[in-house]
Amino acid sequence: MKLSTQDVEYVAKLARLEFTDAQKEKFTVQLNNILIYIEKLGELDTTGIAPMSHAIAVSNAFREDVERPSLGTKATLANAPDARGEFFRVPKVID
Amino acid sequence: MEFETIIGLEVHAQMLTDTKIFCNCSTKFGGAPNSHTCPVCLGMPGVLPVLNKKVVEYAMMMALATNCTINPSNSFARKNYFYPDLPKGYQISQYAYPLAEHGYVWIDMDGKQKKIGITRIHMEEDAGKLIHDENNPFSYVDLNRTGVPLIEIVGEPDIRSPEEAAEYLKRLHEILVYLEICDGNMEEGSFRCDANVSIRPVGQKEFGTRTELKNMNSFRNVQRALEYEVKRQQYLVENGESIIQETRLWDDAQGATNSMRSKEEAHDYRYFPDPDLVKVVVDEDWITQIRESLPELPVAKRERFIREYQIPAYDAGVLTADKALALYYEDVVRLCGKPKQASNWVMGDVLRFLNEGKRDIRQCPISARSLADMINLIEEGTISGKMAKDIVEDMYHTGKPPQDIIREKGLVQITDEGELTETIKAIIDAHPVQLADYRGGREKLFGFFVGQVMKATQGKANPQLVNNLLKKMLAP
Repeated sequence: MKLSTQDVEYVAKLARLEFTDAQKEKFTVQLNNILIYIEKLGELDTTGIAPMSHAIAVSNAFREDVERPSLGTKATLANAPDARGEFFRVPKVID
Repeated sequence: MEFETIIGLEVHAQMLTDTKIFCNCSTKFGGAPNSHTCPVCLGMPGVLPVLNKKVVEYAMMMALATNCTINPSNSFARKNYFYPDLPKGYQISQYAYPLAEHGYVWIDMDGKQKKIGITRIHMEEDAGKLIHDENNPFSYVDLNRTGVPLIEIVGEPDIRSPEEAAEYLKRLHEILVYLEICDGNMEEGSFRCDANVSIRPVGQKEFGTRTELKNMNSFRNVQRALEYEVKRQQYLVENGESIIQETRLWDDAQGATNSMRSKEEAHDYRYFPDPDLVKVVVDEDWITQIRESLPELPVAKRERFIREYQIPAYDAGVLTADKALALYYEDVVRLCGKPKQASNWVMGDVLRFLNEGKRDIRQCPISARSLADMINLIEEGTISGKMAKDIVEDMYHTGKPPQDIIREKGLVQITDEGELTETIKAIIDAHPVQLADYRGGREKLFGFFVGQVMKATQGKANPQLVNNLLKKMLAP
């Protein structure tokens, strides 16, 4: 086993998810299976090869600094679960 | 116990672009809430951020101006955390491959130069703004600032006192403003600073536990907050208590730092390369092009002023503290050819008027041409330095050139020897007692006669000429 139930609990907490004990066990097994499968890549010798972060070898995709119209406050707030006036409204957060 | 203070600063500077870092929304401050937003900066599913080229160029300018090495290949990563001011659930930043590294700036501490290292400079996006409801359990979110371009300048822990910290910040601020890539407005948050502070007994190698300070929105507050925090840490250590590694907020009104009391769990940002953004590749040509576009930087300008205009280091410092002021001064010098006099008038009267009126040199009603003309009029003897003091004040209030004010007020200096001789003769005749006393040895009375001449001529007499004539005519 690569992952313990504690690892699953930690990741769930970071993602703000809550699971039952049964779910935690199930996900521990599933995540382990995924990691074991991915491990196969480790069989290849990648010494001296730079890590790849993109599937295509493109660089420097830029945009010019030219302003274009925004959505506007009304459209921006249209799908918000909660809004008040020109603002999104959320449960109070003080870090 | 003697302690040594260790400070490292992280500066966030907003880049002065028209649009955000990954979309075409405006970066203007003060728009209606949530009006400068689009699907990209709102973090809608399926959108694609595209990097603003100007942000890269501006960040490269700062990197070169602070002697950093630009990484030929750098890239963006996602910093993951949940907070309502961050609609995507991650901030796009640079992590493993920042734009630039290994730089430094010089600071001047009482004439001594000290090098402060810069660990790295990277590009990232700003988060939104939260407004907390005082009475109800709600916070309000404005996402206009979301995606506004920032550079983060991470400094080495080379700073040893709050004064050095303030000095370092001023240097960075000055460079950013000179480069015209940041407006430097601390109140609007265009230039923000976080500080890592720790203390250790002198001689100890290991760093002590550090705290992170936030919420200091002026140079003065940075210094005050650091001074307070150093004292607080010393008190704890001297009383056998331990310092907790935590984030503390500076409270300006209270003059103290307070713990944010967040849950003491280490953040786990799970950085990973952002698959939406491709690598930024910077070749030598591009670096050369940016290097050649750099304007003269504050330190170089200061040195040139001292060398070229033969003015004291202090004057050069004042005149170059603001790029626009330096430009104004150089215009005046170019038009009158008298650097020292120009420096005296700019630093003295002009800056005093501007400070009193809380104005910027850009709003100065006295044009460089007018000030240069006035200096020339003094040199030519048309007006005296004393008259100029009044004239320059009128120039400031009316915006008129000195020639107009002189003509309107009939202020031309009396340099006619015959006319002055007549005046002096009348004064001597009217004061026989003082004349006798003076000739009897009371030399102090010379000043009395000068005063009388100035009074009779309404201050318009050429002082040098008055002195010469009086000496001759009062002699027994």
